[in-house]
Amino acid sequence: MSKETTNQSKRVNGHAGIKKQFQRFSRLNRALHALMIVSFISLALTGMSLKFAYTGWASFLSRLFGGFESAGYIHRLAAIVMIGVFIVHIIDLVRMKRKEFLSWRALLFGKHTMLLNKSDLRDLRDSIKWFVGKGERPKYGRWTYWEKFDYFAVFWGIAVIGSTGMMLWFPELFTRVFPGWAINVATIIHSDEALLATGFIFTVHFFNTHLRPEKFPMDIVVFTGRMSVEEFREDKPKEYEALVASGELEKYLVEPYPPIVIRAVRTFGWTALTLGFSIVLAIIYAMLFAYR
Amino acid sequence: MTRRKCRTYQFPGISVIASMFMLGSLFATAAAFAQEDSECLICHEDNTLEGKRNGRTISVFVNEKQFAGSVHGSVGCVSCHLDLAGTELPHAEEVARVQCGTCHSAEEEMHARSLHGKAIEKGDALAPTCQNCHGSHEILPVKNPQSAVAPLRIPFVCGKCHEEGTPVQKQRVIHQDHIVDNYSESIHGEGLLRKGLIVAPSCASCHTAHLILPHTDNASSISRNNIASTCAKCHAQIEEVHRKVIKGELWEKQAHVLPACIDCHQPHKIRKVFYDQGMADSDCMRCHSDPNLKATRDGRSLTVNAEEVSFSKHVKTACSQCHTGVTASRKRPCETIDQKVDCSSCHAEIGREYLSSMHGTLLLKNDPNAPTCKECHGTHNVRGKTDPRSPTFATNIPRLCATCHQEGNKAAVRYKGAEHDILEHYTESIHGKGLMKSGLTVTATCTNCHTAHRVLPHQNDSSSISRKNIPETCGRCHHGIQEQFQSSVHATKVGHTEKSLPVCNDCHTAHTIRRADEEGFKLNIMSQCGRCHEDIAKTYFDTYHGKVSQLGYTKTAKCYDCHGAHDILPIADPKSHLSRENVVATCQKCHPGATRRFAGYLTHATHHDPEKYPFLFWTFWGMTGLLLGTFAFSGIHTLMWLPRALQMRRERRAREKSQESIQSEESNE
Repeated sequence: MSKETTNQSKRVNGHAGIKKQFQRFSRLNRALHALMIVSFISLALTGMSLKFAYTGWASFLSRLFGGFESAGYIHRLAAIVMIGVFIVHIIDLVRMKRKEFLSWRALLFGKHTMLLNKSDLRDLRDSIKWFVGKGERPKYGRWTYWEKFDYFAVFWGIAVIGSTGMMLWFPELFTRVFPGWAINVATIIHSDEALLATGFIFTVHFFNTHLRPEKFPMDIVVFTGRMSVEEFREDKPKEYEALVASGELEKYLVEPYPPIVIRAVRTFGWTALTLGFSIVLAIIYAMLFAYR
Repeated sequence: MTRRKCRTYQFPGISVIASMFMLGSLFATAAAFAQEDSECLICHEDNTLEGKRNGRTISVFVNEKQFAGSVHGSVGCVSCHLDLAGTELPHAEEVARVQCGTCHSAEEEMHARSLHGKAIEKGDALAPTCQNCHGSHEILPVKNPQSAVAPLRIPFVCGKCHEEGTPVQKQRVIHQDHIVDNYSESIHGEGLLRKGLIVAPSCASCHTAHLILPHTDNASSISRNNIASTCAKCHAQIEEVHRKVIKGELWEKQAHVLPACIDCHQPHKIRKVFYDQGMADSDCMRCHSDPNLKATRDGRSLTVNAEEVSFSKHVKTACSQCHTGVTASRKRPCETIDQKVDCSSCHAEIGREYLSSMHGTLLLKNDPNAPTCKECHGTHNVRGKTDPRSPTFATNIPRLCATCHQEGNKAAVRYKGAEHDILEHYTESIHGKGLMKSGLTVTATCTNCHTAHRVLPHQNDSSSISRKNIPETCGRCHHGIQEQFQSSVHATKVGHTEKSLPVCNDCHTAHTIRRADEEGFKLNIMSQCGRCHEDIAKTYFDTYHGKVSQLGYTKTAKCYDCHGAHDILPIADPKSHLSRENVVATCQKCHPGATRRFAGYLTHATHHDPEKYPFLFWTFWGMTGLLLGTFAFSGIHTLMWLPRALQMRRERRAREKSQESIQSEESNE
C-alpha cells in the first residue's frame, strides 16, 4: 500500500498525468485465462480429493464440496468450462488468422507464432549461458520459449485429460467400443496427467511468471493485460525494439486500470496462488507422508 | 394237628412255575413211602378231633372237600407231614411243624431274611409264619379270588396285624399309622378295593410278599434307594412325566441326590402330594416369618418374605422340597438340614449344563466369584424368565450379566480377552438398541448367544460362541442368513482350506454389532474383508469404487455389492454373483447400461503388476516417466534461473533507488 502511495505521489510529482502502459493481452485472452484459472483449480481440488482419497484433507475437501457426488458434478462442470475456454480460443485463433494474419502460414510460422522455432532454441541456449554467467540475458521476443511450452501444455493436457475424462464420465458408452480395461488405462492416464498438469502449473508456471524474484510476488499482466513500458522493455526487449523501430508502440499504449481494479485483480491472483500452492503442498504431503 | 405244606404265591409268575416244578419232582420220591390220604382222613375227617400243640388244645379236623380243592389237594398228607411217613397209626400226639421250604425253598429263604422271619427267629409270638397269611389245608391258587393272598384280599391279610388296634400295631414299633385306612383311601386302595382293579398295587406290590424289610434296610424294596424302581415297576417311565422335575436316570442311579417318590407322594396315602405335619410350609413360617430371624452362625437374615414367595414360580413348591433333609419329628425339623438348596435336584438337566459351564467350573473349584443359581435367579422370589420383573427377563439380562461383567466388576477384572466395555457396546449395538431402546424382547441378549447355563469361553469347542458354533448360534435367529452362509465359500464345508475362515463375528463383531445398512458398517466391512484378502483390498482402493469408499461414501460398489455378503462364491461357481452368467447383471445393479465388455473393467487392477496387468503397468510408468522428465527439465531450468532473477531484482531496485534520488534532487532544486 505504502509503495503504491509513493508510486502515485511519484507520478503526481514527477510527471503530469498518468503514465500510459503497454497492452500485452487482449480482453478475451484475459477473460479466458481467468476462466481457465477458475476451472483448473476447481478441477484440481475436486480431482485430487479423489486421487488422494486416503488422506484426511481429501475427505475434508470432498465434504466441503458437498460430498463425492457433488464434487463430481463440480469437476464435470469445470471440465465443460475448460473445454469451452479451449473452443473459444480456437475460434479466436481462426478470427485472428482472418483479421490479422490472413493465412495459417503467417499465424503458425510468423514472428509472433506460438510454435517453437529456431529462435526459441537459440533463446534456450543463450538463457542457459546466461544462467551460468557465460553471457548476457537473451533478448526475448513476444513469446518466450517457456511461455510457448506452457501454452502447448494446455493443448496437450486438454487433449489427454479431456479425452480420458470423457471415458471415465461415460464408461458405458466407451466400453461399447473399447474393452473394459481401457477404463483402467484411462484412469491412470487421467490421474497422472492431472498430477503433472497441477504440479507443473502450480510450481513451474507459477515461478516462471509470478514468483521470479524480478516479478515477485506476482505479475498481474495476465489479468490487467497491461504492463509499464519500462518493464516491457526490460522483459521483452526484442519485441519492444521491433515496435519502437516500426513506430507501432504508441498503438499499444493504454491507460492503466484504477487502483480498485488492481486491488481486485491482486485479490483474485492471490487466491489462485494460495490455492495452487496449497494443492501442491497437499499433494507432496499425500505422496511423501501419507502414501499407503 | 399237623400242618400241610404251604403253597406260596408270589407276584412274579416265574417263581410260581418254579415251585410247581419242584412240587412235581417231590411226587416221585414221596410215592415210595406214601400212606394213603384216606388212611389219615379216617381220623381227621372228624370235625371234633382235637390235638395238642405246645400244650394248647387245637382242632385237628381236616375238611376233606376243602383240602381236595386246595392247591395241595393232590399232594399226599405225608408229603408235608414228613415225620408221619410210614409211622404206625394213630401217630404221636406231637407232630413236627410243616416245613413249606422243603418245596418252597426260595420263599422260605426270603421270609427268613425278612422282618417277619427275623421276628420268628427271635421268638416273637406275633411274627407271622406261612400259615398266618396263606392258611394251611385250604390254600388256593393265588389266581383264585377266594385265595387268602389274592390281590383283593392282601390288604386284609396284612391288615390282620397292621390295622389300628391289633397287637402288632400296638406293641411293635411301626412308624406308619392307620396304614390300612390310609391305603384304602389312597388312589391305590381305591383302585383295588373299590374299583376292583386287581392290577392296582396292594401291600405286597411295594413291600414284596416274603422279603418284607424295613425302609431303613438298603435291600428293602421301599428303601430310599429302591423306592423309585419299586414304583417304576408299575409306573414305568414315570420319569418322563417328571422330566422337568427329575432327571429319571439319576433318580434310580443316585437316589440320594433327588427326592424319592415318597418325599412327595406319602406312603400309603398316595393320592396327591402332601406333607407330614412339621414339614408343611406353615410350620416353617412359624419361625421364618419373623423379620428379625438371624442365623446364629453368620448373622444373615433367615426371614422368608411370604409375599415374595407368593408370586414366585415356586409358590406351589413346599419349603421342604428345596430345603431337603428336614426331620419332621424334630421340634425344629430344619435343624437336620446340612445341605444348601440344590436346584438341580429338580432342574437336573440345567444343573448338569451349569456344572459344565464356566460358572459351574468355577464353583467346583470353590471360587468365591462363581455365580450359583441364586445369583441370577434369586431365592424365594424366583420368577420365570417370562415375567418382566424377573432379573432373567430378556430386557433385564444385560444388566444382570453386567453385575459381574461390566468393566471393573469381578468377572471383568479376571477377563483377559479382547472384549471390553461389553455392556456399553452392547447397548449401542443393533441388538442392544432393539432390546433396550425398542423393547423388543425377541432381540438377542447375552443369553441368546452365550446360553443361560452353558456359558463357556469361545476357546472351548463346545461353547455356543466357539468359531465352530457361531454360525449356528446366530442362525438360531438369522436362519436365512445361516443357510446362505453355510453354502458360501466361507463355510468350512465349502471352503476346503487350512486357513481359518471367517464366521459371523469376524465381520459383524461380537458386542458392537451394527445395522448392516448403516454407513459406518458399510465402510468398515472393506477393512474387515481386507484382514484376510489383503492384496485384493489394496487394489480395490486403487479404483474409483475404492477411493470414493475411502472418502467415506457408501454409494460406490463395495466388496459385498459385487461379491455378495453371506453367499460369496468363487467366480468359477455359476451361482456366484461374478460368474460369467451373472457378472453383467451384477454391474447393472449400479450401471444400467453395462455390457459384457463393460464388465471387463478391472475392479481390482493394480499398476504394480507387470505380469498380470502389463497395460496398466506400462501406462503408469510411461506417465510417471513423462511426469518426472518434465519436472526434471523445468525444475533444473527454474533453479538455474533463480540466481539471475535475483540479480535482476537487485539491479532494478538499485536503479529505482537512484532514479528516486535523482528525482528528489531535481525536486529539491
